[in-house]
Amino acid sequence: MSVTEQTIQPAANIHPIDNLLRADRLPHILCPGCGIGTVIHGYAHAIAASGIDENNHVCVSGIGCSGRAAGYMNVDSYHATHGRALPFALGIAVHNPELKVTVISGDGDLTAIGGNHLIHAARRNVNLNVICINNFNYGMTGGQVGPTTPLGAKGSTAPLGAVEEPFNLPYLAKATGAEFVARWTILHVREFQDAVLRSMEKTGFCFIEVLAPCPTSFGRANKIGDGLHEVEIYRERCRIENGATNLEDLDIDLLDENKSITVGNFVDIERRPFMT
Amino acid sequence: MTDSAAAAQVQTDLEPRVLTGTHFMLGDHACAEGAMAAGMNFFGGYPITPSTEIAEHIARRLPPLGGRFVQMEDELGSMAAIIGASVAGARSFTATSGPGFSLMMENIGLAAMLEVPCVVANVQRASPSTGLPTMVGQSDILQARWGSHGDYGIIAYCPASPQECFDLTVRAFNAADQYRVPVFILMDEVIGHMTERVVIPAADDIPFVPRKGPRKAPGAEPFLSYKPDEDLVPPMAHAGEGYKVHMTGLTHDERGYPALNAESHDKLVNRLVDKIRLHAADIELYEEIKVDDADTIVVSFGCTARSARHAVQQARLEGQKCGLIRLITIWPFPEQRIRQLIEQGNVKRFIVPEVNLGQLRREIERLTQLPVERLNHAGGAMPTPEAILEMIRS
Repeated sequence: MSVTEQTIQPAANIHPIDNLLRADRLPHILCPGCGIGTVIHGYAHAIAASGIDENNHVCVSGIGCSGRAAGYMNVDSYHATHGRALPFALGIAVHNPELKVTVISGDGDLTAIGGNHLIHAARRNVNLNVICINNFNYGMTGGQVGPTTPLGAKGSTAPLGAVEEPFNLPYLAKATGAEFVARWTILHVREFQDAVLRSMEKTGFCFIEVLAPCPTSFGRANKIGDGLHEVEIYRERCRIENGATNLEDLDIDLLDENKSITVGNFVDIERRPFMT
Repeated sequence: MTDSAAAAQVQTDLEPRVLTGTHFMLGDHACAEGAMAAGMNFFGGYPITPSTEIAEHIARRLPPLGGRFVQMEDELGSMAAIIGASVAGARSFTATSGPGFSLMMENIGLAAMLEVPCVVANVQRASPSTGLPTMVGQSDILQARWGSHGDYGIIAYCPASPQECFDLTVRAFNAADQYRVPVFILMDEVIGHMTERVVIPAADDIPFVPRKGPRKAPGAEPFLSYKPDEDLVPPMAHAGEGYKVHMTGLTHDERGYPALNAESHDKLVNRLVDKIRLHAADIELYEEIKVDDADTIVVSFGCTARSARHAVQQARLEGQKCGLIRLITIWPFPEQRIRQLIEQGNVKRFIVPEVNLGQLRREIERLTQLPVERLNHAGGAMPTPEAILEMIRS
């Protein structure tokens, strides 16, 4: 019997978040084992659960692998320049406070080239939700070290190991004024999704760091065999500590087997909203 | 006092959006008032001499009328913010000077690629680098045209008086929306810091050209953000209108999706250039004084054109056959008109006074074999009428 299109149609071909993804853009460009797809999935579920009209959700990204996230979201979506997703998003959010603007971008984009905008958006308490996908390196350009690379970890621009201390992002976000600060990994699918949902309820600056494997670049250079291997590290070493107050102690060293990785929702406060 | 009486009181105290009347006004303030009159409702900027008075004026004028003024952390952020506000439907604006203009360049390219209308005033000062922050320059004109990487079209106006700061700023917002491009107001320190009579018309007499929007309500058919009309300009849908647009600085197709191939790139970039190039005759503005029989034509713009006008009028009184072309749009550069004058055969030479080392002169040199004589100052001072007159006589 010949296989026709009819016979390979799945029984139920509508997934609850299908309408929130741009199916016409699939397949995506992300590598096998990459964590960015899981983040997109969590964001889409949070949109669906938010009770906010999807036409009022806006997604903005910068440049890099994580910067491609906006392009897969079936909401008004913008792919800005490297490092400038936050001021671009500020323009949208300030001009139209009805919109729920989420910035999904990478650690390099948001904290290196865009670091100045990050601290000032947090200081102002702009009504933005930031999902910072931290894969410890610049993935799209081939695995260079960046401001989140653990000391000693290898990258193509640090073949003998990174010589700089990395950022502790939740500490930075709290210190600069974020109303909501969380760190999760792509293993913590439900907790991450709930954190995004919580940030959508708030009217100030929210910052969620989400750890994600980059097996092609960071993993390969640092003997983390594949995406699953890194998720296994998350499973073994993550310690959930919601409301942790010692954010200054929460730096991550993915390569130190003896060091735990603290995750959780750390900050949830109210500050004066900015031009809402 | 009742609530409505209190509201009326507030209303009375509120300056109207359009300050109709005759004023004695600073160029920078006239630019700001032009933006107000044009309906600008988002300003994102960073202080820099000699443009700061524009931001200061808007900081006072805009918020009471419901617009947003945000002092950004730098010019990278300013430019990104005004693009963001514009994709959400704002008429958005920033003002800067040379060093800030340099920082804006990457996102000016983004605005060109995304086809996002926005207006940037650059009050030029003596450059390069920090240069002479409080003194005049006209040396950003080529940067305005070519400063961001790659090929794209833009529009740039060069006011030569506070009145033109007002008029051309209104025009800049309309042109930005009509062609979906970043538009520059290339002022200079002399014009920005000059106080003169400015007449602001009645609100109903301020020209308004709306941005083209989608012709159909959002529906099953995806909206094609980059499908151009015959005029090469695509209608634009804003964030929150339900069209689920995607905009990317990557080379994209009509849907706005990345299309990373040479053919799509060639098609897109040619359209970005052509939508201005093919409308050049509609966009170009210039003023001519006695060019038809002139053997010597002075070409100038901005503050320098004021000296040039005086020199040409004086030289005519002395019987010299000279004329002036004052560029009001420097981009697109009115090359058809210059070619036409050359073909008429009267012109023997051009004189180009400018506060840079020959940026405009290059544009004219590429059109003609005739002598193009220079009168340059690197910045901090402008050519005097006497110096130009001397050159016309020689």
